[in-house]
Amino acid sequence: MAKKQALAGVFTNGLLRENPVLRLVLGTCPTLAVTTSALNGLGMGAAATLVLVCSNLAISLLRRFIPDKVRIPAFITIIAGFVTIVQMLCKAFVPAVNDSLGIFLPLIVVNCIILARAEMFASKNPVLPSVLDGLGMGVGFTATLLLMGSIRELIGMGTIFGVTVTAGLFPPMLIMILPPGGFFVFGVLVALSNKLAVKMGKDPVTSLGCEGCPSAAFCRKAQQNECDFGKGGNRT
Amino acid sequence: MKMMLVILVSAILTENFVLSKFLGICPFLGVSKKLGTAVGMSAAVTFVMVLATAATYPLYAYLLAPNGLDYLQTVAFILVIAALVQLVEIVLRKFSPALYNALGIYLPLITTNCAVLGVTLLNFTKGYTYGQSLINALGAGLGFMLAMVLFAGVRERIEACDVPEALKGLPITLIAASLVSLTFLGFSGIANNLFA
Repeated sequence: MAKKQALAGVFTNGLLRENPVLRLVLGTCPTLAVTTSALNGLGMGAAATLVLVCSNLAISLLRRFIPDKVRIPAFITIIAGFVTIVQMLCKAFVPAVNDSLGIFLPLIVVNCIILARAEMFASKNPVLPSVLDGLGMGVGFTATLLLMGSIRELIGMGTIFGVTVTAGLFPPMLIMILPPGGFFVFGVLVALSNKLAVKMGKDPVTSLGCEGCPSAAFCRKAQQNECDFGKGGNRT
Repeated sequence: MKMMLVILVSAILTENFVLSKFLGICPFLGVSKKLGTAVGMSAAVTFVMVLATAATYPLYAYLLAPNGLDYLQTVAFILVIAALVQLVEIVLRKFSPALYNALGIYLPLITTNCAVLGVTLLNFTKGYTYGQSLINALGAGLGFMLAMVLFAGVRERIEACDVPEALKGLPITLIAASLVSLTFLGFSGIANNLFA
């Protein structure tokens, strides 16, 4: 029973407590770039989730065989393999999503969420928890992208999933689906999540932290504890 | 020649990598706190971008594409970039310790920087020639530097401001980035009309 609860905890961890986008602030590039509509957000989230689950599975299985020194290149190669598969699947079955995601589909390779979970979780844990961790993080990522995509599409185009919602209420504000709108909505969402976190007695996220950075392990700055990304004071 | 200028200017201003393409957001938000580090990081990124383009373009055009291996693009490019970054680090450490001390610390972070992989992939989506790709990579790097330097200035101002509790830190940084990105929207169309 206790074991089952622990596994459920691993899964739900990624949904709220350690939501990869709002709490760990990972994968900001796709979060900002593809959330111009709810559908794009959902497509990106699903693609990244698939890669995350597969790469966590493979890396967890291989964790005893990958030499410590070359683990990052090995992880990147494994992740790139799965990204290629997802790319081909998208091209074959959902060409519309493939077109609208553009280069952000191959760029899943360098999405820090995936490398960070490989480094921080899958390379240290057995298969089942690793898969659940990947699934939880992926669903958390997808949910946030869907939320952000819906907000931007609703205000920017007056639609959600292409269905007109706000006809006559207010004219669509195109700026929301342009780049500035992305930064703005993300900023407001992080502020809200911080407010909520403080109410629940957790620390607010004020900066990008070393904990989230997949390069932390081999970054000289992080080892000397003078990394501009995180370092003590930034994360209060 | 005119085409080259158009590509360079649009890569720096209208299609700025950070502010309108959303590539390289992590270093943009993470390393833009001080002007010195912002310049160092973006110089390293520019250097690797041009080098990575110089290496990946022939690889794809002469090896992968003619042999029907274009689906290997993503895997091949990321491996080339990772190897290249390692190589640059080793060469710099050996031959130019001064430069290594200035740029070396940022190099490991660049392997997983989506701006570098992004520029190598975009060169093919846009159908650039080898020369145009190199110019595009240079422009993208310079645009990255421009955004970082501008934003470092903005952030130094924010540090001194009294920000509402919930917006402190990352949220206000993002909202400031939104305003900087808004100013860059004003450049749209400039590249084509400037040299018409």
